Amino acid sequence: MYVYDEHDRQIAAERVAQFRDQTERALAGELREDEFLPLRLQNGLYVQRLAPMLRIAVPYGMLRSAQLRRLARITRDYDKGYAHFTTRQNVQLNWPAIEDVPDILAELAEVEMHANQTSGNCIRNTTTDQFSGVQADEITDPRPYCEIIRQWSTFHPEFAFLPRKFKVAVNASEHTDRAAIQVHDIGLQMVRNEQGELGFRVHVGGGLGRTPMVGPVIREFLPEHDLLTYLEAVLRVYNRYGRRDNKFKARIKILVKALTPEGFAAKVEDEWSHIKDSPTRLTDEAINRFKGYFTEPDYQQVPDVTETLATQRFENREFDQWIAHNVDAHKKPGYAIVTLTMKKTGTPPGDVSDRQLEQIADLADQYSFGEVRVTHQQNVVLADVRKDQLFELWQSITPMGFATANLNTLTDVICCPGGDYCALANAKSIPVAEAIQRQFDDMDYLYDIGNIDLNISGCMNACGHHHVGNIGVLGVDKKGEEFYQISLGGSSHHDAAIGKILGPSFARDDMPEVIQKIINVYVDHRTEEEPFLDTYRRIGIEPFKERVYA
Amino acid sequence: MPDVITSDGSVRQDDWVIVPTPAEGESLVVPPEPALIPAGLWLAGKEHYEGRDDIGVWLDSHEEPEMLAGVVNELPVIAVNFPKFSDGRGYSIARLLRERLNYRNELRAVGDVLLDQLQFMKRCGFDTYVLRADKDINKAARCLNFFTQGYQAATDTDIPLFRRRA
Repeated sequence: MYVYDEHDRQIAAERVAQFRDQTERALAGELREDEFLPLRLQNGLYVQRLAPMLRIAVPYGMLRSAQLRRLARITRDYDKGYAHFTTRQNVQLNWPAIEDVPDILAELAEVEMHANQTSGNCIRNTTTDQFSGVQADEITDPRPYCEIIRQWSTFHPEFAFLPRKFKVAVNASEHTDRAAIQVHDIGLQMVRNEQGELGFRVHVGGGLGRTPMVGPVIREFLPEHDLLTYLEAVLRVYNRYGRRDNKFKARIKILVKALTPEGFAAKVEDEWSHIKDSPTRLTDEAINRFKGYFTEPDYQQVPDVTETLATQRFENREFDQWIAHNVDAHKKPGYAIVTLTMKKTGTPPGDVSDRQLEQIADLADQYSFGEVRVTHQQNVVLADVRKDQLFELWQSITPMGFATANLNTLTDVICCPGGDYCALANAKSIPVAEAIQRQFDDMDYLYDIGNIDLNISGCMNACGHHHVGNIGVLGVDKKGEEFYQISLGGSSHHDAAIGKILGPSFARDDMPEVIQKIINVYVDHRTEEEPFLDTYRRIGIEPFKERVYA
Repeated sequence: MPDVITSDGSVRQDDWVIVPTPAEGESLVVPPEPALIPAGLWLAGKEHYEGRDDIGVWLDSHEEPEMLAGVVNELPVIAVNFPKFSDGRGYSIARLLRERLNYRNELRAVGDVLLDQLQFMKRCGFDTYVLRADKDINKAARCLNFFTQGYQAATDTDIPLFRRRA
């Protein structure tokens, strides 16, 4: 994992000092609210419904145990003893005091963390696949490139006041896309060309929000050395020509659509032709230095435990289900990838207490080389667990609430904080998630209906990624009352698609039953082994409409 | 006379006045003192100003600096207007003037210029700044220098940090 050098430490310290100065001037009335707004947003600080909210960056989801412990301490000292994992691999505090934020940022900087550009109209935290570096079907580890992008985008002087927010995601797996790159402003798919050289297929203009779109490809192959100059060209075209007159039309997807993907690509190529050979072009030496931070940990020869595991699974059905759902194959023999689920019914998806953060830190130290990854599904991954320790690990995490074996099932809900916390929300989202989790509390039934992405957003800003849920739920406000609109058929994976709206919205109390009806239609129509999305694509939306609105 | 901040944070006064774009049907009136006139009008009537070395231009944030290609260094001062501090197009305009059009003379930030944007402006090639009148000019030096280095190349340095680390 990346470790700061003296340059990073100096820049981080100067950033804290700068924000302290800005906060003091804001509290002294020297900065108007609208002037302080982008400054605090670019330091992660929102002012929310009940209190300020601080969004802390977790670059491409990677955390060390010492950082988890510091987060735990910060939630105790400055907040109410819990934090929230977001849908963009970050961490949020819900109750900090504005005047404490510079101190919180100073505490974060001590453990090489920050809240830079986690909000505001700037380049946000770059996200990637939580299984980076440990999965077998990977072109290369994408994390060094994510760190290269992080550094380039941090306080970029030209791009601090873009028309709107800007999100980049990188994926390096050939067959899966856990980073949802096609619904990002820039999605980078790592590829090799015919000569075997590394590079990126570049998608631009995907996104959710009011105008959901799957991002078209504007360049099939971008050599790895050209990453930053090309990004700079894309951002410059966007900064100059993106709409600034209407905030709802200001995302890059609107510009790409207006110019057509071909027209936009031509503008980028023209801009790029001027800067592609500038010193911002990456060198082998630089790429290799970044790669040096993401080398393999000290893997051991693990004894073959195939038989022991088989016996443990046979004797313990819950352990068996946990292995089947929450444990994934690792590229190294003898190791496994374990996802700790943060989706226990009754707890808002992604919420963790200070004690749980410390438990996760201890688990990381004991079982996974002291590191974890946060996922955009709001879970936490131990990426390097010895197979001979799986049973012991499962026993320890069960009482902690991290072993709910529902990964990727209907109750592994992606959910924004919603109207309980967020000032933008039209409706609550957490109680809907909980009601649906209660409706589907029979694990056997849940496994029978298989993998289904259920995504819930409390408003059309779409932090819960509802457009790309197989089942998407959007909270809407109708004359002061909360209603929920359902869409079907979305996907955030390689076969990315925007869901289709089912019809008129429903009252909150009706939601569990409506979801149940949708599942019933699927169960009635599916062929053997056919997942929900495939059935939907085969039979279309009509049978669902008929049943739900009957 | 406006107070003008320079990139080292010191303050000086000068005489440059900004001449706004004339209203529809009115013509441009160029004052006798040093003046910054709309770039498009200067281009259209360039020959009229050849006798004067105290005529510069200003660009608004939606304008294309490329229109000045080849003639930028005939101008002693180019100003870029920030209609709102949150309009970030001026940063790209500045870099293009410096790095693409090789403009070498004074580049001035005008309009909604606040303290916390000064260092970004400096990195993008501005070298003078007219702070919005209600802001404390004595804090400019500090705000121009919050950071001793940046990660990326810009106009101030073409060497990104990844090359300096080598």
